[in-house]
Order: sequence, then structure tokens, then C-alpha cells
Amino acid sequence: MVIVLGTNTLLPLPLGSFLSPQHGIWQNAEPVKQHFNARLHFSELKGKSTVYLDDRLVPHIVADNDEDACFLQGYLHARFRLWQMEFQTYAAAGRISEIVGDKALDFDKGRRRLGMVYAAENMLKEIEVNPLSKAQVDSYTAGVNAYITSLPESRLPVEYKLLGYKPEKWSNLKTALFVKQMAQTLSGFSDDLPLTKAKAFFGDEALRILFPQVSDSLDPVIPKGTLFPPASVTPVAPALTDSVYINNITGNLQEIEKPNPNNGSNNWAVSGARTRSGAPILCNDPHLDLSFPSIWYEMQVTTPTMNAYGVSFPGAPGVIIGFNDSIAFGFTNSERDVMDYYAIQFKDKTKTQYRFGSGWENSRLRIETIKVKGRPIVYDTIAYTVFGPVIYDESFPSATEPGAALALRWKAHDPSNELLTWYYLNRANNYEDYKNALQYFTNPAHNVVFASKAGDIAIWQQGVFPALWNRQGLYVMPGKDSSYMWQEFIPADENPHILNPERGFVSSANQRPADSTYPYFIPGYYDLYRGIAINRELYAIDDVTADDMMKLQNDNYNVFAETARPLLLKYVNDSSLNENERKYLDIVSGWSLYNNINERGATIFKLWYDNLEKQVWDDEFEKAGVTGLRPSEKTLTEALLRDTAFKYIDNINTPEQETITDVITNAYKQAAKAADSLSAVNQLTWGANKNTSIYHLLGAAMMPFARTGLPVGGGSHIINAMQHNHGPSWRMVIELTKETDAYVIYPGGQSGNPGSLYYDSFVDKWAAGEYYKAWFMKRGEQEGDRLVWKMEFGNE
Amino acid sequence: MKFTASIILTALLSFVACLYLPWWSIAVVSFLIPLIIIQKPYMAFITGFVALLLLWGGLAWWISTANDHLLAHKIAVLVIKADSPLLLIGLTALIGGLVAAFSALSGSLLRRLF
Repeated sequence: MVIVLGTNTLLPLPLGSFLSPQHGIWQNAEPVKQHFNARLHFSELKGKSTVYLDDRLVPHIVADNDEDACFLQGYLHARFRLWQMEFQTYAAAGRISEIVGDKALDFDKGRRRLGMVYAAENMLKEIEVNPLSKAQVDSYTAGVNAYITSLPESRLPVEYKLLGYKPEKWSNLKTALFVKQMAQTLSGFSDDLPLTKAKAFFGDEALRILFPQVSDSLDPVIPKGTLFPPASVTPVAPALTDSVYINNITGNLQEIEKPNPNNGSNNWAVSGARTRSGAPILCNDPHLDLSFPSIWYEMQVTTPTMNAYGVSFPGAPGVIIGFNDSIAFGFTNSERDVMDYYAIQFKDKTKTQYRFGSGWENSRLRIETIKVKGRPIVYDTIAYTVFGPVIYDESFPSATEPGAALALRWKAHDPSNELLTWYYLNRANNYEDYKNALQYFTNPAHNVVFASKAGDIAIWQQGVFPALWNRQGLYVMPGKDSSYMWQEFIPADENPHILNPERGFVSSANQRPADSTYPYFIPGYYDLYRGIAINRELYAIDDVTADDMMKLQNDNYNVFAETARPLLLKYVNDSSLNENERKYLDIVSGWSLYNNINERGATIFKLWYDNLEKQVWDDEFEKAGVTGLRPSEKTLTEALLRDTAFKYIDNINTPEQETITDVITNAYKQAAKAADSLSAVNQLTWGANKNTSIYHLLGAAMMPFARTGLPVGGGSHIINAMQHNHGPSWRMVIELTKETDAYVIYPGGQSGNPGSLYYDSFVDKWAAGEYYKAWFMKRGEQEGDRLVWKMEFGNE
Repeated sequence: MKFTASIILTALLSFVACLYLPWWSIAVVSFLIPLIIIQKPYMAFITGFVALLLLWGGLAWWISTANDHLLAHKIAVLVIKADSPLLLIGLTALIGGLVAAFSALSGSLLRRLF
């Protein structure tokens, strides 16, 4: 009986150990009146430090040296978020099979094939040759491990008990793996494979129209009319690109799951000249998959060299988005494409040599060892070429349907040390310091917004980008011809940037950074409408206050619908509609264009447009055999606005020639049908239809740990970018007055423990669009209304 | 008298043992008690059962109440597919009770051999 209840060989859970009040999950049921006071001693610490915990469980670390502050960050991350930070690095390294068995094997192989560990190892070397970052990461790792060592089994986070495993020691490599996981989330997106397949059907000329580089209504990050210096680097295109370019890739390759294409953000800064207080205001809200525990952990760190507040990543030291005594900083994804594919011709099945130039080049074979719970170890041999790892070949994704070998060239593989960016940014006092910090930021590239108490506002699109010849890398390139390789990188000074623009604000929302006058070819996966919405509002508001900015972050106005709805309403043939169908038309035409939760028009509009896209694209793309890729909503809208006889309107599978009226009316009828069924289950209002939810990282298996049905509006292309479970993962509005007024919130809570009051304590306020005023502790200030608990740390 | 003493001793020693030892130390304690306090097998079974039913049920209830049953609500849905902290506490008590009951029975039967 003890054996049955102590293991999970017969039961899904070892019920004895799981339910034992002194060992199992009851130990995770944190008393709601828990106090967090503590006096702790660790021999690794150099001096004395104190962590002041406020009423929201936000730690304010006050340390007398930088290393101890990193130790404490590691300790606190582990204390409150251990399972999450370890699980995410297991995921990055392709080790989930160790925990859950062979159902994660394909996922794990995918991570290895992407070269995630290779990328992290390259980063770790850079971190460890720099004494500053080495000291930071060493101390951070020591802090995490100090907590793990002191943790009795009874206090292991609930997830370990549910899944039946134990934490291993943290390492510097795990921090690098975490950073690379973010790199994959934010710069691991590529459509090269489906686009190559599409090219065989449509041809490059057509794809220039279907996937245009610059949208008609683009409002770029750097205002139109800004002069860019001519390119100092001129990449040389190979002769005869078109004929040599790979025209097809065999088979229907099941690609490794791509990051969510909606990963993005808003940020902006308004100059003091336009604010009521006269101080600059900086705002940022990064849009990511929302999860429990949250990807963010809020904190303040004060040492003799810094005093910064904001959110950190459990897994790495430093304040990632936030502010300090003198400046504030925020990030939005650049969405630039830094991932290209090369077709590789191996000499034989050993994969040891591949065709390169006129001869054969040796590849480096890396044997990946994947441990699988309850199964024998699985090995996967990955060939590394001059470009990078061969991601797909005859044994992956499927040995039964062998495809062409493709090597991956990805900027995230190159050695870099982004930790230094945050090291310097957290300590920056002015624009020069900020610029200096940015030089270490190579990938994933971001629009880094800046404001200072001195009154400067700026934005740089920062990262290291290849200087590409026109249309380089949009399709799979030949791997045997060195003239297709990335040549030089764009000098950092030539990255799009602006300081104190005349319009009195800077902003970015994942749109193309510059208009077509920017002298480099910059493909990417850009948004369009959020940027337009933000800039329109920032132009319009005078006498800006922090309150205005909070309202703006929660703005549900839909510029995409504003653009597309007139087209739909103009061309729908309402005489062909029956009484029932027509009633939805009135709802759409009467809709306020705000994606508020009670609006039905927002739902019907979306159904209508989604169906229109199907009507226009599916016939051609299905015939081309292209799955998972369609032109964007912005492209279709702009094409129809330009030309109502747009070639792709016609359904190539029917003998007659469809018109814009036909497709819009057909799409409407489909939408009306869907609306009927949604209406029957009371899911026609935008809020009910979207069902805003935050899932636990383990997803559907842990539904009791999730929050669903949150009353939040917004959506895709909208400033309040809240979709079903993807959206503003942190909102901050920082007014750089003398005292610094910071308003912050994130959808989660400081504790990762589902048994804690602080697990989801911010969620309802976040859903209501409200904020907390952050307690930015001043140096020397050791008391305050907000101070609730104190953890004292020393080495004896 | 023996009945009450066995229950109290089993519960108390199980609690202390679990401060330092794995959860199955309750089985060891429950097994040992009937070797010291001689009881009929069925009585040993009952005392073991009651001792751990009370200990585990009581501890779980006490911890969960201090927690406003925040975690018990979630775990109950996860494990027994019913949003009932009381059921989860009951299941905890039952598991503890059964483990102790069978251990005490074994102890008592072993004692009989001598």
C-alpha cells in the first residue's frame, strides 16, 4: 500500500506523499496571513543587505554591493518562481521529455534542431569572458542555488509534486538558455519555407504584391520625411538570382512550431513640452502569451551603483523594463527577419560533408542526447554547417517522409552578451549612457524607447542586422553558393533612430521602422494599425497627463476596422440577403468601432473579414499547396482599396468571374451563419467571444490554475492588444517628475504558488484597466506606509 | 483505555516522525504501536485508522482554513474533479487512515506470532 501510494506507477499521482499534510500539497497552502520576515545567512554574501517587501509582495532590494544584489535577485526569483524558471529553461534546452515522457519528444528535438543550446553556449562564452557580467551571473546563480539547497522537499512548488520530479542546480548556462528562449520568442519567426513553396506557384513578381515590403498607409517608427544617410555598406547580389534561387522544396514539411506572430508591444515617450507636469512620460506594454506564473517579476534594486525599478525575468539578473533615478526605458519587438534558410546537399548519409563552392566542406556533427522519462535515451545527430545547424533533413521532422536538408542562419546563434545592455541601462543617467548600453544589444532586435529627467526622449531600433541585397533571404537560398550568404552587418549608427523629434513624442508598435527611403532592405513581420492609432492619439492629446496615457494603453479603438468596414459595407449586396441575415448588417454598420466587451459588431466584423480572406486567398493558396501562410489583413485591405478588380478576388475553381461584390456578400453570409450559432450560445458579444484567459504554463492540464472569462476588450491591431490569451503582459506609465511617478500592473501576481494569495492578486485590477502606483523607494528611505515585511541577509 | 492511548500515541508519534522522515513513516509508527500496546487485530486496525484519520484530517483542515482553502479548491478540481475542499480534506484523512489501519493490523498480526 505504501508503495502504491508513494509512487505513480499505478495511480496518476502518488497520493500518499501528495496528500500528506506534512509533505505534500498542503504544505503549499500558504496561510493568507503569511508573513515574509526572515533573517538569512549565506557565506557567499559579501556584505549586509535588506529586502523590503511591500503590500503587493514587490521586493525592494537594498544591497551594499552589486554582487550581493544579483545574489538576492537569484534568491528571490527562486523563492517565488522556482518551478517556472526551471521549466522554461528545460523547454529552451529541449529537455521536457525528461519530465513528461515521449509526448514531448518532437518538441525537444525541435529545440535542439533550432540550435537553442548551441546559441546559449555561444552566449555563455561571451558572458564569462567579461568580468562584469561574469560576476553578475555567478552571483545570480549562487543565489538561486542557495535557495534550492535550503528547500526541503515538503516545500517544493506544487508543479514538482504534480509532475513528480525535483529541481536540479541552477547554472550560468540556464540564464543564457532563458535569454535565448526570449530570442526565439521574439526573433524566431520566418515564413521562408511556405513562401518558397508559394513562389513555385505564383512567381516572385506576384509575391511582391501579395507580401509587400511597405504598406500604403504606413506610419513608421521614424517619422516620414526624416533623412537617412546613404548606406555605407552595399551588399552584392549574386548574378542570376532568379534562375539559381531554389524554386521548390520537396514534400510538405511540418515546420517546428513558430512563435506567436502577435508577439509585439507598444511603447512611446512624450516630451515634457507636451505634458501638463512638464516632465517626460514614458509608456510600454509588451504583448506576449499571458501565463501563470507571469513571465514578469516586479522588483526594485538599489546598490551603490544603481537604483532601478521595473520588471525582471525570473531566470536572469537585472531590471528588463523600467526606470531608475534619472531615466526610463521600454522595449517593443523590431519584427525584423533575422532567420534564413539554405538548401544543403550532403555528400552521403553520414552528413559529414556537404557541397560548398566547387568542393565538399566538412560539417561538424553534434550528437544531441535526449533523455525520456520511462523510455531509453533518444539520440539525434545534427550537422552544423558554415550557416548554422541543419534544422531539417532526412531524419527530422520525419524519417518516413524524408525532405531536403535545410540549414538555418539565425542571428540568435551568434555570440553576444545582452546582459551588459541591462547592466548599463539600469545604471544610465542620460542619453549617452543609454546609447552606450545599446551597443551590446544584438538580438532579439527591439525598438528601445528612452526618456530622461534631463528632458530627452529618443527611440533606437537596436540590434545587429545583416545588410541584405534586395529580396535576399525571402526564399530558401542555395547552400553551395557562398554569394548567397549574409555578407556584412548594418553599422549600428545606421539603425533607425530619432532623438527629440519636433512632434514631441516617439513611439513604436511593431510597424516597419522607416519608410522606403531607408537605404537598406529590411524584411520583417510588421504590424500597421496599432502604430497609426497610437500616433494619431499622441498628436491629438494636449497637456498630456499620466492618466491620459493609462487610458491610451487601454484604448479599444479599431483602426483596422475603421479602414476595412467601409469597403465591406459598400460592396455587400444587401438585396440578396434575407431578413435574418440583414439584422447583423445593422449591427456592424452601427458599431462604434471600439472592441469593447459588450459590442456584437466587433465579433461580426471579425467573422466577416476572416471569411473574406478565405474567399479571396484559399483557392490560390490551396492549389499552391501552401498551408499556414496567407497575405496579411493589411495587404488585402490595401489591395482592395487600390483596386476593386484585384486579380485574386476571382475564385479559380469556378468557371465564372467573381467580383468584389460576390466575395464580400458571400463572406457576409458565412459570417451571418456563424453569428447565428454564436448567438445561440450567447457568445456573440466581443467579450464572450474572445473569452480573455490566462493559462498556467502547463496549459489545459492545469485548468484550475488558470483564470478564464476575464472582462477585457481590445484585440489584434488595437492599442489594447488583448486577444484571447495574448496581450499586454505588463503595463507601465512613468512620469519623470522629480519624485518619479510610476503606474504599473501586470496580469498575474508576485508568487508563482497557486496556493498563495499573491498568485493572481493583480489580475482583476489589470482586467479593469487600472494601475498600481509603484512605491519607488528612495536611497536611505527604510520605512514607509507600503513597507510590510523585511528580509535581512548577511554572511554570518 | 488502550484504545485511546493507542490513538493518541499513534497520532503523536506519526506527527513527530513526519517532521523528520518521509510520509510513509506513519506506516512504521502504526506498525510499531500494536507491538507495544497489545490489541486485537481488528482493534489495532481501528485505532490506526482513527489516529491517522484524525491527524491527517485535522492537519489538512487546519492548514486549509488558514489558506482560505485557496489551494484546496484548485487541487480538488484537479484530483477529484469536484470543487470541494472538504472532499479533498476527507480524501487526505481517508488515505492516512487506511495506510495506518493496514500497518497497525500487520503489526498486531506479527505480535500474535510470538
